Amino acid sequence: MARIQLDIAHSYRANPQQEADYALLPLRQTFEDGGAYALLGPSGCGKTTMLNIISGLVNPSQGTVRFDERDVTQLAPQQRNIAQVFQFPVVYDTMTVAQNLAFPLRNRGMNEAGVRARVSVIAEMLDLSGQLDQRAAGLSADQKQKISLGRGLVREDVGAVLFDEPLTVIDPHLKWQLRRKLKEIHRELRLTLIYVTHDQVEALTFADSVLVMARGRVVQSGSPSDLFERPAHRFVGHFIGSPGMNFVPIQLLKSTSGARVQGGAAVATIVPSQTMTLGIRPEYLRLGPIDEPGVLRARISRIQDLGSSWLLSARVDSQPAGGEECLLRVRLERSSAVPAEDEVVGLRILGPHTCFYDAQDQRIAPDQEGAARC
Amino acid sequence: MKIGVRCKPHDSIAMQLRLEQVSRQEGAEVHLYPFNLLLEPGSLTVLLGATQAGKTSMLRVLAGLDVPSKGSIWVDGRDVTGMAVRLRDVAMVYQQFINYPSMTVAQNIASPLKLSGRLEATAIDRRVREIAQRLQIEPFLNRLPAALSGGQQQRVALARALAKSASLMLLDEPLVNLDYKLREELRDEFATLFSGGGSTVVYATTEPAEALLLGGYTAVIDAGELLQYGPTADVFHQPKSIRVARAFSDPPINLIPAEALTDGVGLGRDYVLNLRIPLDRLPAGGRGLMLGIRAGALDLLAQPLKSGVLAVPAKVALAEVSGSDTYIHLETPLGNLVVQRTGVHPFDLGDSVTVGIDPAEVYLFDAHGDLVFAPERAARRAALTRRTH
Repeated sequence: MARIQLDIAHSYRANPQQEADYALLPLRQTFEDGGAYALLGPSGCGKTTMLNIISGLVNPSQGTVRFDERDVTQLAPQQRNIAQVFQFPVVYDTMTVAQNLAFPLRNRGMNEAGVRARVSVIAEMLDLSGQLDQRAAGLSADQKQKISLGRGLVREDVGAVLFDEPLTVIDPHLKWQLRRKLKEIHRELRLTLIYVTHDQVEALTFADSVLVMARGRVVQSGSPSDLFERPAHRFVGHFIGSPGMNFVPIQLLKSTSGARVQGGAAVATIVPSQTMTLGIRPEYLRLGPIDEPGVLRARISRIQDLGSSWLLSARVDSQPAGGEECLLRVRLERSSAVPAEDEVVGLRILGPHTCFYDAQDQRIAPDQEGAARC
Repeated sequence: MKIGVRCKPHDSIAMQLRLEQVSRQEGAEVHLYPFNLLLEPGSLTVLLGATQAGKTSMLRVLAGLDVPSKGSIWVDGRDVTGMAVRLRDVAMVYQQFINYPSMTVAQNIASPLKLSGRLEATAIDRRVREIAQRLQIEPFLNRLPAALSGGQQQRVALARALAKSASLMLLDEPLVNLDYKLREELRDEFATLFSGGGSTVVYATTEPAEALLLGGYTAVIDAGELLQYGPTADVFHQPKSIRVARAFSDPPINLIPAEALTDGVGLGRDYVLNLRIPLDRLPAGGRGLMLGIRAGALDLLAQPLKSGVLAVPAKVALAEVSGSDTYIHLETPLGNLVVQRTGVHPFDLGDSVTVGIDPAEVYLFDAHGDLVFAPERAARRAALTRRTH
């Protein structure tokens, strides 16, 4: 097992000139020994490039890759002591399940007693014990992918196990069981696991720490709760959650040295002339009387019964001059009173869960220069 | 005799579609069991069912691509059973976005208009721009489809179907190959696009959440059988049977074997839910029942208990986090249960929790799987939504 440190940048072009030429912009990232990480982002965000740089399939165009303190930048994948699980099953059809699981161990010259003990542990964890003597050829895609997972996890001495969208071929109804297996295995074996996916459920369920990536950058790295409660960047607020965070451009009315927007527990002191955006998740946006101080007036444009909750769409009534039309989503508990379509309501946009973003879409951190608290 | 020729191509008149005792089988294999269905002009119907349930078979029959083995199909009161698909005014969007690879985006969108020969070049141009703008693909009009992202390509396919402004529009899982943020965006656009009422729309999906987001009407289909049809919220809140409830729940509806007792509903060996149901309404004296409660209606309890709520100890098997919700899989004395909570809530595997079953939230099904009892509030709320629409 290993602690992995990246200090890299990568471009697939020979002479990168501008940011857009980079698949990965210069970044430093540490994966702690024994951690469960997910690299999450839309296609083209750089997550697969990062995984391939860790495994050695891609050589970074600049910088170093370290496993513990050892520089492995120039080493080939097979010299790096890692295991990989891919989107589609990689198994030997002519071998039995047991032989498949044993393969990585025998390859490293482990003694037979050791092989047997280890194979039986992994087979037990993945519910493959009953099929050890079956040939892989006759198995379903689900079963084969379980073998692939087993082959990835069977060696205790690997620096890390890398997963590239490993549950793609798994039937939706079985996915949660395999997610559970992966979590159990991580808890028991404490291997360093790095998991690439574009699926937020996969990432947020699997990982203790999720790296959200966009356009060659890690825009936030944090626990699933952090990403939900305190998105560090507007992209994270938008990308995590369905629907994502609501954003409202805010303007200052006072031109003093600092105006205060106040309501609930949120207080923001805003530097005049600074462009800011307020962010609040549909789950935290609540309705209030239209004459309540601090509420935003909006007209209900759509009501959707989501079964276990209500989703309201509300158009902000009065826009500040030059502002574009602003549509907010409100998610209410199933037992809540629901307004009628076209009704004008007050939206309580300020509260303990409100966040503020600067002109670069970065969250204004609490107490940073005494600027904002949210 | 072309249906829909009476109107200009860009303001089509939605069709009324009536299927009477339609069935379809090939050899010994039944694809669709006999069903009746009436689609009102301009309505949106979601065809909800698992993979292989028969959704595509039904769409093909609706389109006229397949002829029913038995039964008849009526459009605006006219029998069209067996009429060739090219004579019908139908547009179809498939899972795999199909575009002409050698044509630009603009030419792709214009192709059905040119084929119809009913519009002049300038009018076609205007129409293409108008639709491209609505679907936010105007900047790409002169590119080839291959130069676009998957989401943009699917928009082009959709734009082509819309350009045709057919009086019947069929969509077969049109978002399944896209990533979820794009799906979210396009789904929102659909709601706006379909609300115009210019087309009668049928939209096939495997996802209950998608049906709920689209609203309109839902037809639940399972193993070739049309199980229930009605306003989407009604079908969700008042499923006629366990099969409908299963097909229309994600995560799966929690099902617990139950028995009607004089003092409530017995669950497992040791639990009695304080729910009074008239035993004479139940067949077989209330034995062999199944209690159903959706994940969103179960709750993890904090003290103190709301009166009447049955508390059951549980262990966390896994907390799945979707980004907006957490699905907590539990092992309990009543079997495995799933609880849905809004927001992101971390749990460790093996955490001990208490799950609360509220009698006001439960469904009961009889030994045949038919609904015998549904929560009252759910029905009331469903009625409320219909009014506000």
